[in-house]
Amino acid sequence: MRYLPLTDADRSGMLAVIGAAAIDDLFSDVPVAARLASPVDLPAHAGELAVERALGRLAARNRAAGAGPFFCGAGAYRHHVPASVDHLIQRSEFLTSYTPYQPEIAQGTLQVLFEFQTQVAALTGLPVANASMYDGSTACAEAVMMAARITRRKKAVLSGGLHPHYAEATRTLAHSAGIETFRLGAAIDAEDAVLAAIDADTACVVVQTPNVFGTVTDISAIAAAAKAAGALTIVVTTEAVSLGLLKSPGEMGADIAVAEGQSIGNGLNFGGPYVGLFACREPLLRQMPGRLCGQTVDAQGRRGFVLTLSTREQHIRRDKATSNICTNSGLCALAFSVHMSLLGGAGLERLARLNHARALTLRSALAAIPGLEILTPRLFNEFAVRLPGRADALVEALARRGVIAGVPFSRLDPDAGMDDVLLVCATETTTAEDIAIFSEALAAEVGT
Amino acid sequence: MRFTKDHEWVDLVGDTATVGITAYAAEQLGDVVFVELPEAGKTMKAGDGMAVVESVKAASDVFAPISGEVSAINDTLSDTPETVNEAPEGGGWFVKLKVADPAEVDALMDRPAYEAFLRTL
Amino acid sequence: MSVQSVGRVTRPEPQTGAAPDAPPGSGLLQHEPLIFELDDWDKTGVDFPPPEPNEDLEAIDLAGLTRESAPALPGLSEPETLRHYVRLSQQNHAIDLALYPLGSCTMKHNPRLGEKMARLPGFLDIHPLQPPSTVQGALELMDTLAHWLKTLTGMPAVALTPKAGAHGELCGLLTIRAAHEARGDGRRTVLVPTSAHGTNPATAALAGYQVEEIAQTADGRVDLADLAAKLHDDVAAVMVTNPNTCGLFERDVIEIARLTHAIGAYFYCDGANFNAIVGRVRPGDLGVDAMHINLHKTFSTPHGGGGPGAGPVVLSAALAPYAPTPWVVHGEQGFDLIEQAVGPAREAHGRMCAFHGQMGMYVRALAYMMSHGADGLRQVAEDAVLNANYIKARLSGAMTAAFPDGPCMHEVLFDDRWLDETGITTLDFAKAMIDAGFHPMTMYFPLVVHGAMLIEPTETESRRELDRFCDAMLELASAARDGDVERFKGAPYHAPLRRLDETLAARRPRLRWTP
Repeated sequence: MRYLPLTDADRSGMLAVIGAAAIDDLFSDVPVAARLASPVDLPAHAGELAVERALGRLAARNRAAGAGPFFCGAGAYRHHVPASVDHLIQRSEFLTSYTPYQPEIAQGTLQVLFEFQTQVAALTGLPVANASMYDGSTACAEAVMMAARITRRKKAVLSGGLHPHYAEATRTLAHSAGIETFRLGAAIDAEDAVLAAIDADTACVVVQTPNVFGTVTDISAIAAAAKAAGALTIVVTTEAVSLGLLKSPGEMGADIAVAEGQSIGNGLNFGGPYVGLFACREPLLRQMPGRLCGQTVDAQGRRGFVLTLSTREQHIRRDKATSNICTNSGLCALAFSVHMSLLGGAGLERLARLNHARALTLRSALAAIPGLEILTPRLFNEFAVRLPGRADALVEALARRGVIAGVPFSRLDPDAGMDDVLLVCATETTTAEDIAIFSEALAAEVGT
Repeated sequence: MRFTKDHEWVDLVGDTATVGITAYAAEQLGDVVFVELPEAGKTMKAGDGMAVVESVKAASDVFAPISGEVSAINDTLSDTPETVNEAPEGGGWFVKLKVADPAEVDALMDRPAYEAFLRTL
Repeated sequence: MSVQSVGRVTRPEPQTGAAPDAPPGSGLLQHEPLIFELDDWDKTGVDFPPPEPNEDLEAIDLAGLTRESAPALPGLSEPETLRHYVRLSQQNHAIDLALYPLGSCTMKHNPRLGEKMARLPGFLDIHPLQPPSTVQGALELMDTLAHWLKTLTGMPAVALTPKAGAHGELCGLLTIRAAHEARGDGRRTVLVPTSAHGTNPATAALAGYQVEEIAQTADGRVDLADLAAKLHDDVAAVMVTNPNTCGLFERDVIEIARLTHAIGAYFYCDGANFNAIVGRVRPGDLGVDAMHINLHKTFSTPHGGGGPGAGPVVLSAALAPYAPTPWVVHGEQGFDLIEQAVGPAREAHGRMCAFHGQMGMYVRALAYMMSHGADGLRQVAEDAVLNANYIKARLSGAMTAAFPDGPCMHEVLFDDRWLDETGITTLDFAKAMIDAGFHPMTMYFPLVVHGAMLIEPTETESRRELDRFCDAMLELASAARDGDVERFKGAPYHAPLRRLDETLAARRPRLRWTP
């Protein structure tokens, strides 16, 4: 077995050194009733060829996004990831290293995390960023918990524009801490309802821009109103590329910014692994969850980096920790940081403009189809379309024609009464030909 | 100055008690990096959680040695937490309490008793 | 005040006078500044496609909503980017370099087949919200992984979505909480052994419980009498790691489960140490109700410098109805995803995260499982346990094993009694291991043993590498006893940096570069 270096001669020699007669002797503490006499009922070992064939067959039964016209967004985005990014994250020293608890031999990881934190701070417009969370949705949930700890209040107001999965993940986590998540009804343009819902019991408001319907909003007014009421403002971004063009959460008055970083450096991967970005204002630093990398010096005065402020975390604070998080999304954060280094701020802005322009082209094409209504007033790279009939049926029909038409909103929230709403997205990977095929197929389906 | 078995010290002047942690405790903790102090005005009962002292690798709870109301906190500690290591029984004080019952202070160990206690650890 | 753990030195003695052993930029080790310290910020290492003829990149339909200028971040050409990160990578230790004896982390070899499979476009380039009819292969893979996990653990159900071990612990406890709430039972307490990993009490607190500790016996196991005394009817769950954090199998685990169930509580098992028993023992046979499995430990998905992980949770029949959404089902039309808490999922306690979990890690884990097969996985546990006991046998003469009687499982725990009188601490010893070419073992965990050193070699170490490691440890131990204090106090001497000032980092936090 290719991953097991011990030979039978090794095994018997080592047993002799240990002074055990057989391997079973080393399992003597296992209750007899629980000992398995033979391997469990699963296939026996297989060589690479066989495994490749089996998994290749499964992969072949999935329609890859790049195989044809593709218009899904809604929290995960198809962007081009440069070849160097994928190459660098496969270097042994990045791929197979551990959490940098021994900083003298982990400066590679630690310097990357320091650069990552700096990049996230610049993109979100908030000075303190952590070394990544599992994903945007759990970052959102943790931000709500943090706001509740800081304000000592128990009510979180969730905008009707927040991605329903984010709202659900937040509710799941908050519920057990006795925090009430007050989720406003799904709405294309969601701020007024949020403003109206802020009161003296509100720990935080959670707003998303661009929101799940693609609407871009200046949330400064909400942030001001929340602040006046003693509540914190959490701004969610699911499309990280938008941070290259739009006003940053910090600039608009966010106290905490959370984002899904997947768009930069990481492929779609059917939903994971992704990378959560988390940043906040300086005074809130000690209530932040997750790992933090900080600058220091070594015994000879040379600059170096270490994980720091660990007393917030589970391995020290145990039941009084700010969260239970141990693992971050290290390799995905590296991928984000490498891609961001290749792009630079100017490159990210250009990429964002390309995305926006492509989405405007898509919007024009769809607006020209009779029976369709574009619902999103101001968009970045995705928007909502009202169809004459059910969106899920249309998506299935178009899939049979080889077009992945986008996400029916009812898939995210079946109770919103928006079964005729389709969420579509265009990125720099969407071609004019894709848009033409899509429009034609859509017109044909809708016209029948 | 009086001492508790939890390594807090109390210095009563009039009805105000200054409270901190002892040199022994500061030494055990290692380099102090942060002290979380209560808000002024908060009422404490003896034994309540009063502060948290953090070193790099540990976070330790500090309990109110006597009952009282927090009348002042040492906010120099937020900029220079190292004062707790440098002068734990002086400039590294944590909290001043307006004492409800001065007799509670008398009940605590005096310095010789505390030092004898330390020798048993 | 209560001193939760003995403060240990976090600020090195300044090493002045002597020149550094290896000045930065010498030999193979390059010096690499931060990207923000390079000159030209306006470069980009990406060539963009030109806009379509009708597109105008300046015509932004977003008046008043845009940044005034591009984010202030540097870009680099591709060659500069490669150099920057390759140079940084060379400052990292990794499993691909040497044995990584980190107890409780299971640092085993990461097969590259997993990397190849995960990058097949049919896995990498699919969107979680594509119609299920277009991703039947992905759903089948998740279903197959679930089948392997259930069969290996002898449990009837599994929640796949948690994104890490701690996330899995939270999922398990929330599922338990939902099960209690469904009975109208508002229990508020969770019992956790003193030796538990910090995520256990942190998770219990996060899930809204208060934590009470269970004592440990002199031979490193859960104290049954203490457990029985603390099992009152406000206890919702008992969280036990098995094999435990001292590297020992809980002999009384079946009785622990029985006592727990007798008062109507659930038995949560922390599966971080599953590598010791995979294929030889099924947690389902021990009375476990929920157990998370760290795919990045037992099933070798790469640690990646700290993540991503994956922490699916196997569940008993009693807990299965309360699992979070989504999960995969198999019907006449093929595979589908149940994503909403209605109908078959109406008891689901919620959703742990967006989308469907860590698909990239599922592919890697399944490739690993299929490669080993049932026979190979059983051999994994046997070789892991053999390797740890071999290290115990070779090192116990020089170092003091915390629990010398009887075999250990896949990891061996030493304390620091053997360093008494030397003036050298566990930390000093660990730093000297770096000079010997090895990543230090897990230190100061579990907290129940003084100066703990927890060593887990895993099964992917050859006898030659084990002997190399043991020889180095014995040489170091001998030097420690011989009083060569400076070798330890000043270590590491041969790493890219000397010991770092963690005190300064915590007192004056600098968490990003500023001009």
